[in-house]
Amino acid sequence: MIVLEAVSHDFEDRPVLAEIDLALPERRIGIVGANGSGKSTFARLLNGLVLPKQGRVLIDGVDTARDVKAIRRKVGFVFQNPDHQIVMPIVGEDLAFGLKARKIPKGEIDTRIDAALARYDLGHLRERPVHLLSGGEKQLVALSAVLVTDPEIVVFDEPTTLLDLRNRNRVAAAIDALPHPAIVVSHDLELIAGFERVLMIEDGRVAADGLPGEVLPFYRERMR
Amino acid sequence: MTIGLYHPGQSALHRASAGAKLSALVVVSLALFVAPSIWVALASVPIAFAVYLATGAPFRRLMAQLRGPAILLGLVFVFHLAFGSVAEGVLAVTRFATLILLASAVTLSTPVSEMAELVEWGLGPLRPLGVNPEKVGLAIALAIRFVPLIAEEFRHIREAQAARGLAANPLALIVPLVIRTLKSADELADAIEARGYER
Ligand SMILES: Nc1ncnc2c1ncn2[C@@H]1O[C@H](COP(=O)(O)OP(=O)(O)O)[C@@H](O)[C@H]1O
Ligand SMILES: [Mg+2]
Repeated sequence: MIVLEAVSHDFEDRPVLAEIDLALPERRIGIVGANGSGKSTFARLLNGLVLPKQGRVLIDGVDTARDVKAIRRKVGFVFQNPDHQIVMPIVGEDLAFGLKARKIPKGEIDTRIDAALARYDLGHLRERPVHLLSGGEKQLVALSAVLVTDPEIVVFDEPTTLLDLRNRNRVAAAIDALPHPAIVVSHDLELIAGFERVLMIEDGRVAADGLPGEVLPFYRERMR
Repeated sequence: MTIGLYHPGQSALHRASAGAKLSALVVVSLALFVAPSIWVALASVPIAFAVYLATGAPFRRLMAQLRGPAILLGLVFVFHLAFGSVAEGVLAVTRFATLILLASAVTLSTPVSEMAELVEWGLGPLRPLGVNPEKVGLAIALAIRFVPLIAEEFRHIREAQAARGLAANPLALIVPLVIRTLKSADELADAIEARGYER
């Protein structure tokens, strides 16, 4: 479970998140909010990419500021732009990247990559150069490269923003089918409409928190 | 877009280890330059060409990739005609053609990760001097990964400027390109960290 205790954060004294207290036991949590409201900063707190200036972030009881290595193993992170997340030039090499960082033996790396690509029917892409894939394929490769390392929780920061409708649907279905608990920052309200809980962030505070049926109409109203 | 990059395949060259291929490349280059025989150099070109074809990459791509080097070699030949002899020109061009063909065959048949591993291994002995071979390997992979990204950014910026009626001006292209590339690099650095790579 994710717990935030009195978390505040600022960038060079400009407050970005203020006094956030939350316990997030649900398996599907959506985050909405205007541009610049602090959603990405919030998401980055969850895997220790951002460490809070005040307060604590706990993942299954582990403080992100204490043991970042353990946090990186627990929390997978999928960024908005797969082009900035995929490190290696070839699909299979990119999936191997996180596994090598975790010192997984070579033979096991191979079988795990095959299994991870098979999950989204991407086996045929294993030897392809990344720059020749479609946007949706890239996002699914980025997701596979996270899942292959076997995280316990996956955080997504606007995973469908750059995609056309068909690719958006592929990625949405992938998120839907994911067995892992997931936290999804998104402007794609349809994507999170079926979630268990939605948080609306406004000026660095949680301005609404509840079922999508309650929070999303409120958010739509606010954005008029 | 074709860049001198890996082309997946099952050829004998693909199955050979990166170390073996690079060692062979080094031995052949040394031999070519140690043996000043024009006949050896002439004979090596068709052999190198056969090796190049044996990578199994599409013929059109293989030919397209040779256009740039061919122009360069043409210039080298003209230079020798002007300032040296025909024999020198032929020797220089055939040697370089052989090396270019063989080096391309190695890049076409060797994945970046294998090259990077080899570099990491090769730099291992320098570890006590403060060299971090894993970082060098990662840097090589990233540089190759970034080439098509930068090319794409370049196209976007040029289109955006053309759409606003701006003429192509190198400075006006370079500044946004550098800024965007730095921003992408920043995000990429975050991703590398998020994916568990340890500095
Ligand atoms: N690394 C950073 N350095 C300085 N300011 C930042 C940094 N990251 C985000 N910010 C600022 O923090 C605010 C919230 O940003 P962010 O969390 O990215 O919002 P959102 O994802 O909701 O658009 C913005 O004003 C942004 O400019
Ligand atoms: Mg954001």
